[in-house]
Amino acid sequence: MTRKLPATDVVIVGLGWTGSILAHELTGAGLNVVAIERGPWRDTATDFPPAYAQDELRYRIRHDLFLRPEQLTMTFRNNASQTALPIRSWGSFMPPNGVGGGGVHWNAETWRFLPSDFELRTHLVGRYGEKFLPEDMTIQDWGITYDDLEPHYDKFEYLCGTSGKAGNIRGLIQAGGNPFEGARSREYPTPPQKQPYGPTLFAQAAQGMGYKPFPQPSGNLSQPYTNPLGVTIGPCTYCGFCEWFGCGNYSKASPQTTILPALIRRPNFEARTQCEVSKINLDKSGKRASGVTYVDSSGNEWEQPADLVLLCAFQLFNVQLLLTSGIGKPYDPRAGEGVIGRNYSYQVTSSVGAFFDDKIFNPFIASGSIGMCIDEFNGDNFDHGPHGFVGGGYMGAVQTNGRPIQTARTPRATPRWGAEWKKAVAKSYLSSYESVTHGSCYSYRDVHLDLDPTYTDRFGRKLMRLTFDFHDNELKMSTYLTDRLAEVVQKMGPRQLEKHPRRGPYDVTVYQTTHTCGGAIMGVEPKTSALNRYLQSWDVPNLFVMGATAFPQNPGYNPTDTVGALAYWTADAIVNRYLKSPGPLVQI
Amino acid sequence: MLFSVDASPPWNFVFTIQGSTMVAKEIRLSANAIGKIAPGAHSTGEGIPGSSRSDFGMRRRQFLVSTAMTLVFSATSAQALVVKDGLPWPPSAGTPPTTIHPGPWVYFTPEEGAVVEALVDRLIPPDPQTPGGKDAGCAVFIDRQLAGSYGSAEGLYMHGPFADGTPEQGDQSPLTPAARYRQALAALDKYCRAAYAGKPFAQISDDEKDKVLSGLEKDEVQLEGTSGRAFFEYLLQNTREGFFADPVYGGNRDMVGWKMVGFPGARYDYRDWVERHNERYPLPPVGIAGRRE
Ligand SMILES: Cc1cc2nc3c(=O)[nH]c(=O)nc-3n(C[C@H](O)[C@H](O)[C@H](O)COP(=O)(O)OP(=O)(O)OC[C@H]3O[C@@H](n4cnc5c(N)ncnc54)[C@H](O)[C@@H]3O)c2cc1C
Ligand code: SF4
Repeated sequence: MTRKLPATDVVIVGLGWTGSILAHELTGAGLNVVAIERGPWRDTATDFPPAYAQDELRYRIRHDLFLRPEQLTMTFRNNASQTALPIRSWGSFMPPNGVGGGGVHWNAETWRFLPSDFELRTHLVGRYGEKFLPEDMTIQDWGITYDDLEPHYDKFEYLCGTSGKAGNIRGLIQAGGNPFEGARSREYPTPPQKQPYGPTLFAQAAQGMGYKPFPQPSGNLSQPYTNPLGVTIGPCTYCGFCEWFGCGNYSKASPQTTILPALIRRPNFEARTQCEVSKINLDKSGKRASGVTYVDSSGNEWEQPADLVLLCAFQLFNVQLLLTSGIGKPYDPRAGEGVIGRNYSYQVTSSVGAFFDDKIFNPFIASGSIGMCIDEFNGDNFDHGPHGFVGGGYMGAVQTNGRPIQTARTPRATPRWGAEWKKAVAKSYLSSYESVTHGSCYSYRDVHLDLDPTYTDRFGRKLMRLTFDFHDNELKMSTYLTDRLAEVVQKMGPRQLEKHPRRGPYDVTVYQTTHTCGGAIMGVEPKTSALNRYLQSWDVPNLFVMGATAFPQNPGYNPTDTVGALAYWTADAIVNRYLKSPGPLVQI
Repeated sequence: MLFSVDASPPWNFVFTIQGSTMVAKEIRLSANAIGKIAPGAHSTGEGIPGSSRSDFGMRRRQFLVSTAMTLVFSATSAQALVVKDGLPWPPSAGTPPTTIHPGPWVYFTPEEGAVVEALVDRLIPPDPQTPGGKDAGCAVFIDRQLAGSYGSAEGLYMHGPFADGTPEQGDQSPLTPAARYRQALAALDKYCRAAYAGKPFAQISDDEKDKVLSGLEKDEVQLEGTSGRAFFEYLLQNTREGFFADPVYGGNRDMVGWKMVGFPGARYDYRDWVERHNERYPLPPVGIAGRRE
């Protein structure tokens, strides 16, 4: 039996980054907000204290902070000719679970997208012509511009206290920053993190080649910072247990360290944890969300009516809830029609390993985001004409950790075990260095999300099915970027250098990033997008869908600065437009 | 009812009032448990307080909230943890790992244990500087991991239908890691006795052991009824885990793995050392549980 609860103004599905931002903005506007979160409450002092947060086995290898596939997973195949099989344990990406969402265990690499990224199709067709794009590529414009989003980027970065060096303030190029970035209204809230040896050498080598290296913008703070909500974040200690881990120092920007302490004191906010939303409910017209149904941790089912439903469940689960709830037309790759599940995209990373004789890198002195990067090969910052692909990525020496189960490196020819392996590991651990490229992944007609015909979750719901493989354009891009990176690494003077460009087929067991994107994208018209430019559902105007779900394709950067900025953009639209006249914010 | 929900409630936290203090205990009642489970916490097979089902019923009725938590619908029996007006945790409510102590095998039989010690000692052989896998505790580590939540594939999606997929689709075996080891070790024993005049793996020469291991790695040695290559991959991964994981889990004894490479372990503050480029970090490693001087 489903029991019905008293109605609330707003129900938020998922209390991660976007859920926390929207809850804060909308309670601030006087609305009663209930956030429903699938996982447990998490906090620094209890869940990741520096007494035992530094545990590679528990967090990195056994995935302690993540969603358990038993609770919910998805199926995967490379293409439609295969039978999709369940992802039985996580590999390529790591879905979040619990208050704070991915914000708990992200690296906090905090990048803005390029202005051209938001008008991608228009920009590329304008520069190279329609024919330059692969025929089955389905990239689109976002329906907003960088300038629309700039104040909201600024707000998210000042919430987080992001450490970095601006490269472009109001159109003036700044020495030491990224000269390719869009104009920002002011400097980063805190200066860049200190750089260890590897990034410093990389930057010297890059500079010598005429590139413009700059410190990667980081949510691992370089100094103490009190944000506009009055919450103070501590300085990062470069502990090296950051990505996949919660920060025991209150020094990584996360909902816990930036918003929740302020939000939780608001009398018009309430969080219900360990409650999984199973469905978004529609009223009889089918054009209005009436609330959500959720199952609590003892298996009881509840209906929470609300005037406004905000889907903040992370990219993958947003799409799954839309599919399961029958909202929007599911995408059919054969006909190329429908919008839910369309334009899924991911990320294309690669690396260059280097082995030195005379250097000590201390790889364990690290943070999730520390590093020096160059942006010459990102987006459309270089002429793609001669190369026959579109897209790009940033690259650099990003020193995230020296945790030995995961990272103990050996040169390629070394056996994987035995005396030789042991000798090589002992020799290489301190004196080898890996540099990386972080590249775009554009969207294609055949790549999509739908419901699996065979496998079900513990409620008997169909699992979502991912059909994804890398396309030639991305593989070409990866080879090109890796070659450029290798040229810089070569200048660092290694004894031996190894290139690892991304190669197909896509393998769901090998971790790349958790930058899964798309599936219910924003755009200018309902035929090719699920959401309008305010991330409002075209079909159900009192439903807004947050997160990278809205990205029509993935640029070469990490998503969260844009995810956070879009959340502020939507909050602004709800408070200043929607509440005055509830209904579609874009007329068609 | 929209879905048929499992009869067994997937709780993993109960909140009870003891005197005026609220006590949060992690319990595990069904494989559906949502949320956090410390891998170490169960690996010795030690019971978790209050983890029996009858206990659960009682605790469920006791489900009450402190000032930090209010039930919005008190007349009903909603089971969510509702957070309002403040943070929900009492001090020390987290779940630190449980320290593993050497002792009799917990999962392996003594024969299996001996073979695994021989295996890990070839994967990571002793040398004058650093002990091998056996003395580093890798076999003890694997034994305790298999006895715990890792061994039972807890939290993984283990529902059928099972089919062999492509390598890119990941492991599709219906076997838990514990069952995989048991099967493979029995098959390995059979293989070795047949190939080496009745001798089990632990008793053949080092060269012969290495030959068997690289045969498994290259898929040239076939084990009866189970994939030798898949077993090899698990064994290699688990052995490295045992060599490099925090000593609290029974391997990396005396931090030998960390000392070998120069990893300072669970230290948490390098602010004074970030910009000391190309210099060897001077302090010895520490583990979560500190270090023996
Ligand atoms: C290991 C890792 C490293 C990363 N590093 C970076 C980085 O360096 N830079 C960067 O930009 N991005 C990074 N990311 C991505 C970043 O974490 C996400 O972009 C960001 O957290 C997305 O915010 P969100 O609000 O969409 O989702 P989340 O913050 O993940 O929150 C979603 C919440 O919804 C909950 N939920 C899901 N389904 C339901 C349901 N049915 N009912 C109730 N609740 C539900 C989840 O439990 C979760 O708490 C990383 C991610 C991972 C996993
Ligand atoms: S590296 Fe810095 S921000 Fe990351 S967990 Fe450690 S102290 Fe926190």
